[in-house]
Amino acid sequence: MKALRWFGKSANVVALMIVVAIFALPFFWMLSTSVKSLGETITFPPTILPETWMWENFGQAWNSGPFLQYIINSTIVAVGILILQFLTIVPAAYAFARYKFRGNAFFFGLTMVTLMIPTQLIFLPVYLQMSAFGILDTVWALILPFGSSAFGIFLLRQSFKQVPEELLEAARLDQASEWKIIWRIMLPMAKPVLITFALFSFITHWNDYFWPLVMTTTENARTLPLGIAKLREVEGGVAWNVLMAGNVMLVAPILVIFFFAQRHIIKAFVYTGVK
Amino acid sequence: MWQRLRPYVMIAPAVCIFLLFFIYPIFYMMYLSFFDWNFVSPDKDFVGVSNFTTLAGDEEFRQVFRNSLIYMAAVVALTISLSLLLALWLNQKARIYGFVQGAVFSPHIISLVSVALLWMWLMDTDHGLLNWVLGLFGLPKVDWLTSPDMALWSLILVAVWKGLGFNALVFIAGLQSIPPDMYEAAALDESGPVRTFFKITLPMLSPTLFFLTVINMIGSFQVFESISIMTQGGPINSTNTLVYYIYEYGFRFFKIGYASAAGVILLVMLAILTIAYFKLMERKVHYR
Repeated sequence: MKALRWFGKSANVVALMIVVAIFALPFFWMLSTSVKSLGETITFPPTILPETWMWENFGQAWNSGPFLQYIINSTIVAVGILILQFLTIVPAAYAFARYKFRGNAFFFGLTMVTLMIPTQLIFLPVYLQMSAFGILDTVWALILPFGSSAFGIFLLRQSFKQVPEELLEAARLDQASEWKIIWRIMLPMAKPVLITFALFSFITHWNDYFWPLVMTTTENARTLPLGIAKLREVEGGVAWNVLMAGNVMLVAPILVIFFFAQRHIIKAFVYTGVK
Repeated sequence: MWQRLRPYVMIAPAVCIFLLFFIYPIFYMMYLSFFDWNFVSPDKDFVGVSNFTTLAGDEEFRQVFRNSLIYMAAVVALTISLSLLLALWLNQKARIYGFVQGAVFSPHIISLVSVALLWMWLMDTDHGLLNWVLGLFGLPKVDWLTSPDMALWSLILVAVWKGLGFNALVFIAGLQSIPPDMYEAAALDESGPVRTFFKITLPMLSPTLFFLTVINMIGSFQVFESISIMTQGGPINSTNTLVYYIYEYGFRFFKIGYASAAGVILLVMLAILTIAYFKLMERKVHYR
């Protein structure tokens, strides 16, 4: 009986490790390929670790395009979106949570409807719009549509609603302005929600490929995912080692952040799911 | 005066962005779907519903529509069933389970571009790791991305791999919200594990199940990156789906009206799913 239980336990651990391998092995393979020579990527049987470590693959990937420009653009876009979102969702969430006004329900409903409208549906009309505004192929076309977030407003409104009214009454008796109430009372209490939302927003827009692809035509405003994806379009077949080196550059920052802020990040993304 | 205006001023920036970049484009797209326009020429030709009738009669579009439905159904069925099993298994306190949860979740935060490039390499017919592993078991090579019968399923595999962890964690959150006394009561009734699952776990999990089913359906209709990077809709149109089709007709062939009409069809699909979801949830809340 004891032996049977021991066997069951070990089988369970082995099965768990197989699951981990299914999700970790592709990443390991990406890392390993990124430091192999081109010849070694096609040897049979494949080598697990490279025989000669080709660190120069990273240099080759980096030099194949304006990567500094891509990283600067990616940073401007992801951080710019975050700042703009912060500026627009805080007052909106406060008004929706704390003021009675005509149309509160209507405008909040309108906000929630936009949650159901994916960018993959409306890129064509927005492209024409951006073209009319004359901001195609600039970072503005990548930032402005995401300058607010219905999801952020929803989360923050929930959190603002939970602050007891007595606290606000007391603050108002002390002649605190509404601005001060938001800054000194509301935001500190909503800190976990703000961190959650910031992580979610930053990772989402840092990773985005679709919107920059449809809104840019030159390297001016192109972002890192586009630059990396372009590495596969070389003449005479894909240089998998260089492509994977580029891919490591794209994945590594996010994986490092994930390693340190795993709990927060999972919460951020699962929150967006559970709503 | 200011007191009355204040809330409107506070919501104005956000609402303006939503109106300008989400609501208005929806109506503009509907409007464009009735025209024949190549983007360059100054005038648009009104053609009524002919874009829609052309789409309905076009064998290529019908295949795209079929592909979208197959992709959606397969991704949803596989993701939901596998992630539910995974959640039941991994919903435990010990440290190792937390570690496995983290590993399974990690692809969810990785750019779809990275995931697509990575799997393109794994699925390379001659030098990819997957075919090498198959070879170890004496199995023949698979043309993962180059055979019309297989390519769509390869994309489905990638989507399931990427989405599994997220879905499993949402299920785990659902499982943990089931009150433990329900299980204690079941244990007192000497209910077996299978019976307990179908009588307690599954019904209590049904809101989560509905939710995940719908968001996976909606998400599947939006697939673009993996197609654009791994297959470009090929071979012979076998992996072309709605968003990629709209993209190609808009940006490559400059048939704006035609692409918009396909966009309206996508809009209808998404709207049906969203409304169905809210109706189901409403009923759910009603019965409680």
